[in-house]
Amino acid sequence: MTLHTRSVAELAAGLAAKDFSAVELAQHYLARIEAGNSALNAFVTITPERALADARRADAARAAGRAGPLTGVPLAHKDIFCTDGIRTTCGSRMLDTFVAPYDATVAERLQAAGTVLLGKTNMDEFAMGSSNETSYYGVVRNPWNPQKVPGGSSGGSAAAVAARLAPIATGTDTGGSIRQPAALVGISGIKPTYGRVSRYGMVAFASSLDQAGILAPSAEDCAILLGAMAGFDPRDSTSVNTPVPDYVAGLRAPLQGVRLGLLKEFLEGGLEAATGALVQAAISRLQSLGATLVDVSCPSLPLSVPAYYVVAPAECSSNLSRFDGIRFGHRCKEPRDLLDLYRRSRGEGFGAEVKRRIMTGTYVLSAGYYDAYYLKAQKVRSLISAEFKQAFTRADVLVGPTAPTPAFDIGAKVDDPITMYLNDIYTIGANLAGLPAMSVPCGFVDGLPVGLQLVGPHFGESRILAAAHAYQSATDFHRRLPPSFT
Amino acid sequence: MSLTRTDVEGIAHLARLEISEAELPVYVASLSKILAFVEQLNAADTAAVEPMAHPLEGEVQRLRPDTVTERDQHEKYQANAAEVAAGLYIVPKVIE
Repeated sequence: MTLHTRSVAELAAGLAAKDFSAVELAQHYLARIEAGNSALNAFVTITPERALADARRADAARAAGRAGPLTGVPLAHKDIFCTDGIRTTCGSRMLDTFVAPYDATVAERLQAAGTVLLGKTNMDEFAMGSSNETSYYGVVRNPWNPQKVPGGSSGGSAAAVAARLAPIATGTDTGGSIRQPAALVGISGIKPTYGRVSRYGMVAFASSLDQAGILAPSAEDCAILLGAMAGFDPRDSTSVNTPVPDYVAGLRAPLQGVRLGLLKEFLEGGLEAATGALVQAAISRLQSLGATLVDVSCPSLPLSVPAYYVVAPAECSSNLSRFDGIRFGHRCKEPRDLLDLYRRSRGEGFGAEVKRRIMTGTYVLSAGYYDAYYLKAQKVRSLISAEFKQAFTRADVLVGPTAPTPAFDIGAKVDDPITMYLNDIYTIGANLAGLPAMSVPCGFVDGLPVGLQLVGPHFGESRILAAAHAYQSATDFHRRLPPSFT
Repeated sequence: MSLTRTDVEGIAHLARLEISEAELPVYVASLSKILAFVEQLNAADTAAVEPMAHPLEGEVQRLRPDTVTERDQHEKYQANAAEVAAGLYIVPKVIE
């Protein structure tokens, strides 16, 4: 059995049985990155020395009898997580030379769990994008077809895992940035409940929406990782102090009697027929495994995209004001005065989409427009949130598509922000309401993967993971590898 | 909502972003389009709805004891700055 076709649980078992060492495993993945990354551009920074040091430490811990379930398992971090002593770019020229002076809590916890860091993955600049085309470090290519986007913003993490250049990777999801790329490259991805995973050390985009999560081949892999990442962190003021359940044990919960809610609005909004048919087939499969289906509705959901494109830019304009060209980040040459320093450092350091969102946010927060745009969007957010809550009185898990179409061509939507934004029509709702949601592969259209989305109530990660795991126990879409990366 | 060139110049100034002559018409067009798109929100009846700032229902911001928890690492932090002298960040002269 080749190493890179193994799940996280299988890797852990192999390490425990001493079939291979953590160093051998790290070397295997570093060799895959070396061979495969130039075609995908999935990594911004590869960290072989760090990986081998982590691996040697993992092997030593195992020899000393101190190994846990993740000891020696390699992973990649989206380049939005600060990693002490390692460049952290957030996909932006602004942070091209930024070396993080501390670890994000997610990075710290996963390192403490004994994981091995392979590198930092490419992403849309400051996580603003749905195609990984806004990165300062160039587009990431979809491992299933290099002419197609991998989705975004966690496109590098998604492509790396799909091509098995890493067994697992971290990501962040503000409007679909874990689930949509997971769907477009045929892997599993979970965005936990808002507040479930610490955001300390994760570069902020839209603070009322951002959440850290996981991209991995299977729901079981996600469950193993989530247990190590989740939990209260006093350094994040939005971290919720709620016990972390045993997500792996939770996978065994039967699907029998689980009420799946099919949101009427999930079948509208530009859903392509072939994608819709695969999602319907996946839902039928879940029914055949014992789940029941109820029709539910969230009538305001079509307004989730416009609400998001007020709230997220508003918060981004505020968060990104910290990039002043003074304390860290890009600084223009020979500023005439302080204003010139701010304007040129930011003008040069940020790319077009980031500037567009900062300006959108600045406008909707400006005097005279705040009530009409920002307050209105926050009220629509309340409506959507209340409608989800209502839907969960009748359903345990909501199901539907993750994205309206499979991966689209590189360049196809870059000139039209609205068309690009509408790609997130099915994912944004969960961010606005703070709900946990995941995507799992459910088939292919013309050789391109399609994702099934599962949404749970607040802190209902176990429910969606169990449903996804039941589905994956009966199907093998999550085991398929892109032909160029077997 | 259609923005003018002057509007976008004003927004760019508030956001402290230098926008080139060539970029300006692109932003005038795309920002106008985005604002027209988000105007769909007006279709929702929100007269009796409270605005929602974050999804943490019933949670309140915690307070921590006012004690020092960080150690001094200014040299490490300032290594990322463009210009530093004697532990201070250097900026162009502000007061003439």
